[in-house]
Amino acid sequence: MVMSETIKEARHSYLDAPYGLKSWLLTRDHKRIAMLYLISITIFFMLGGLFAAGIRLELLTPKGDIWSADLYNKMFSMHGVIMVFFFLVPSIPATLGNFFVPIMIGTKDLAFPRINLLSWYLYVIGGVIALIVLAMGGIDTGWTFYTPYSSFASNTNVTLAIVGVFVAGFSSILTGFNFIVTVHRMRAPGMTWFRLPLFVWAQYATSLVMILGTPVVAITLTLVAAERTLHLGIFDPKIGGDPVLFQHLFWFYSHPAVYIMILPGMGVISELVAAMSRKQIFGYGFVAASSLAIAILGFLVWGHHLFVSSQSIYAGMVFSIITMLVAVPSAVKTFNWAATMYKGAVSWESPTFWVVGFMGLFLIGGLTGLYLAAMGMDIALHDTYFVVAHFHYIMVGGAIMAFMGGLHFWWPKMTGRMYNEGLAKAAAVLVFVGFNFTFFPQFILGYLGMPRRYYAYPDEFQVWNVLSSAGASVLGIGYMLVFTYMMYSLFRGEPAPANPWGAKGLEWTTSSPPPTFNFDEDPIVTEPAYDYKPAGSEVIVG
Amino acid sequence: MSSSFPLFPPSASSVATEMDLLYLFITGVCAFFTVVVTLVVVYFTIKYKRRSPNDVGADIHGSLVLELTWTIIPLILSLIMFGWGASLFYRLSRPPSDAMEITVVGKQWMWKVQHPEGVREINELHVPLGHNVRLTLGSEDVIHDFAIPAFRVKIDVVPGKFTTMWFNATQIGTYHIFCAQYCGTKHSGMIGQVIVMTPQDYEAWLAGGRSTGSAAQNGERLFADLSCITCHKADATGRGPSLIGLYGSTVQLADGRKVVADDNYLRESIMNSQAKIVQGFQPIMPAFQTQISEENLLQLLAYLKSLKPATAAPAPAHEK
Amino acid sequence: MASHDAHAHHPKQQHHFYSMEQQLEASILGMWVFLVTEVMFFGGLFMAYIVYRHMYPLAWAESSHELNVYMGGGNTVVLICSSLTMALAVRAAQIGSRKGQIVNLILTILLGSTFLVVKYFEYKAKFEHGLVPGPHFDPHELLANGTLAPIHLPQGSEIFFSLYFIMTGIHALHMVVGIALMLIILAMAWKGKFGPDYYNPVEISGLYWHFVDIVWIFLFPLLYLLGAHFSL
Repeated sequence: MVMSETIKEARHSYLDAPYGLKSWLLTRDHKRIAMLYLISITIFFMLGGLFAAGIRLELLTPKGDIWSADLYNKMFSMHGVIMVFFFLVPSIPATLGNFFVPIMIGTKDLAFPRINLLSWYLYVIGGVIALIVLAMGGIDTGWTFYTPYSSFASNTNVTLAIVGVFVAGFSSILTGFNFIVTVHRMRAPGMTWFRLPLFVWAQYATSLVMILGTPVVAITLTLVAAERTLHLGIFDPKIGGDPVLFQHLFWFYSHPAVYIMILPGMGVISELVAAMSRKQIFGYGFVAASSLAIAILGFLVWGHHLFVSSQSIYAGMVFSIITMLVAVPSAVKTFNWAATMYKGAVSWESPTFWVVGFMGLFLIGGLTGLYLAAMGMDIALHDTYFVVAHFHYIMVGGAIMAFMGGLHFWWPKMTGRMYNEGLAKAAAVLVFVGFNFTFFPQFILGYLGMPRRYYAYPDEFQVWNVLSSAGASVLGIGYMLVFTYMMYSLFRGEPAPANPWGAKGLEWTTSSPPPTFNFDEDPIVTEPAYDYKPAGSEVIVG
Repeated sequence: MSSSFPLFPPSASSVATEMDLLYLFITGVCAFFTVVVTLVVVYFTIKYKRRSPNDVGADIHGSLVLELTWTIIPLILSLIMFGWGASLFYRLSRPPSDAMEITVVGKQWMWKVQHPEGVREINELHVPLGHNVRLTLGSEDVIHDFAIPAFRVKIDVVPGKFTTMWFNATQIGTYHIFCAQYCGTKHSGMIGQVIVMTPQDYEAWLAGGRSTGSAAQNGERLFADLSCITCHKADATGRGPSLIGLYGSTVQLADGRKVVADDNYLRESIMNSQAKIVQGFQPIMPAFQTQISEENLLQLLAYLKSLKPATAAPAPAHEK
Repeated sequence: MASHDAHAHHPKQQHHFYSMEQQLEASILGMWVFLVTEVMFFGGLFMAYIVYRHMYPLAWAESSHELNVYMGGGNTVVLICSSLTMALAVRAAQIGSRKGQIVNLILTILLGSTFLVVKYFEYKAKFEHGLVPGPHFDPHELLANGTLAPIHLPQGSEIFFSLYFIMTGIHALHMVVGIALMLIILAMAWKGKFGPDYYNPVEISGLYWHFVDIVWIFLFPLLYLLGAHFSL
């Protein structure tokens, strides 16, 4: 076949030189490590999705009639643990970040390649531990591990699950730490901070959160494990401990963690909007600064999870007002992205579909955070399906849409293959429609009062639950479609040119896929990012 | 309003309307921005569609005016939401002083309610229409949450402390009670109903209920059984301070601090008596942690709250 | 600019760096970032300490009094000395003195091990005095005549001891890792691998060691010196 001959004649890329399983498992190449991560997180995404299917299946009817209560509790707990710790937190940073941060700053690899490989192995070990926990029946504490339920009432394998999360968290810390040192010390000559692509700014901000926040959840969960196994109790009310202290310590990480999950996605969207519009990002400085603002402010809002938990009302007010503040940089980004499209040359290729889908869904997700940030409103909405809808709009409608968009945009670069454009557009539409049908009804359910983590509910809630479950099946089909045509493209896809989208950025100056050391010659940077200029035209100042 | 596509729960409390208004305000703001930004993005995607493969967009870098505008306006809107939300929360956290007190104990997986007159219920809460009701809640095991969507209220129920919430029911009917903090196997089953009745019907219901004495009377009995009475004499000659009029007053502690004797202060003084010593007294009171159940603790509190100055005999906690 | 085949570079320079200087700067920045994560890790424990000390000041003072301030104080001196020997080892590597590195690294390891041995005896005493939280928490005190007498500790003491064991235990784990690190560095120093042009590993291990020392410097007064009564 002509196609494969062409590929055989092509120069060796990072994919096939050196060859063999051992060369992959002992690689120091950030691009290979990114692909290893991509395979592993996809497996966990499917597992987490399976549990989501189990949840939505049960919620078709008001009675708990498919699974037992305990099994349902384990399903939503494992869904949360897997999706948060084993999918979303690593997703973009460990795949697209690992692959593109060094290339975008013009260097050969991350600062610490062996530590990068170690981070993947830690992820795998943590994942295997999670699978063992699953095989032993899973945990039923929810991914939030609230005490005292997790420290003395649950009789599932909480301690082992904590070990798995701890190890995966360490993997996350190593990724973040690698990126920080890399961005500080490895930029190519001429790559000043303000010429960095916004994806790199986003990864940098995310890495700050990773290194500052993750250790806190590590020690917090360690304390729960210590209470369970060694009776070294500090949250036990019987000896004077305060179970709410756990919540403070837990959310001190877990709130910034949601920014770990969305900031990289925002970085991807900045790249895609600029490339798909062939236009300089509107307000580059503001977008870069907003990533940092979100990272910093994100550490100051954790108490908004504790408004009704017996936290002091004055602390609550401080958290509420700062939460309102942290919404603003996200709004700034959204307006800047929209403004970038103004007088752009907007391509209708598939990445654009994912971008537009992201904008709509992230908008709703972010805005609905305002309801929860307003303390009085939160009284009605706390721990209801409104919260579930809000965070899924951001994490799935936002982060996963962005991840899909980035995967589609950079797939030709990473794999050297083009995927089927028509199917990709169809998948974007399916995912968008399916997603809205799944999660929009949940806002309504939340205000009606349906609590989270319920497997049985009053009859009058059924209509919205049925709509939600129907949407979930469409969403699932959409994701499966993506998986199918992407896998197919690996074997039968058109060979990709170096720059299929005609985009600016160092990654498009090298071959698809890149050679092992990224560039044939070390780049020297002389222009700002997104320097799209029509040939021979004057500069228009906006 | 019941319909096949319900959007709002019943509005059955004095705050439900305001909560719904705040909800609608935020929804209005969100809907506005969603529609505007979506339309703008879709419009730009269509209007500025790339015409030829080598097309490039205009060379526009930014605009400080626009950045400031779309930073400041969202900020103002969100601060309005903050202010309104905080105000509502504040009012919901300050029960009116004339509220009737009902105690609730949550345990896996049921709600145990006790009215001040002594009538108990499980998973049900009868309340009179139009009266301020204050709930004091405790937990016997893990964290639960007592939620009444029709009243738009909820509060976590945390072991080791008391939490409170209040409401004023404005519509006769039966409404859902949910546990809204995951607590184990039967979390979805830890539900009940609140039944709002006319005040006359409520009195009739109370009278018909079996009771083993009012909460305060039970508390008084416990006060004697647990020998509290040995040290806490009414005439302040005992080894412990007199407890008449204590509840709600400001207490001077031995370490110089002043604290208000609220529910949690009373609880701590019984369970962990060495934590705060009253000025002028010795730290000799034993701690009753592990010796008193949540329900008994609440009954003791009901008795202590009834000890008002110039009252020779304790009065039941039920208001006039 | 320099590409990877241009000129001969130091054997220890890794492929993706363009100079030894860049490599050194990256590894030092990396260790500082890692130490920041360690600060956050211990930070959670210190937060819990602060919250509970505020809630149970009496329990904190009386429980602290039960700790052996002499063993703790001695350990503090031991660790500070080990930081000195560590710094001297880094200096020896910088000036290329193989003997200086070996002597000082061995001293550091010995001092660190002394710390752990003393810790073992401290824990053993806690165990014997019934001060380990959990079902066997039954506080006793050693009297002057050598017998154990039961004592009453205020509520909150079990939490104090939980924090004591967790904080000092995790610190001790870090010491173990530190000693293992020192043994590796010692082996490399023995083989003469370090000199003025390459001493990264010694420097960054030194940073780690100093950090573990500093954590102890916070732990000692916060845990041991609250209820200490010295008579002059």
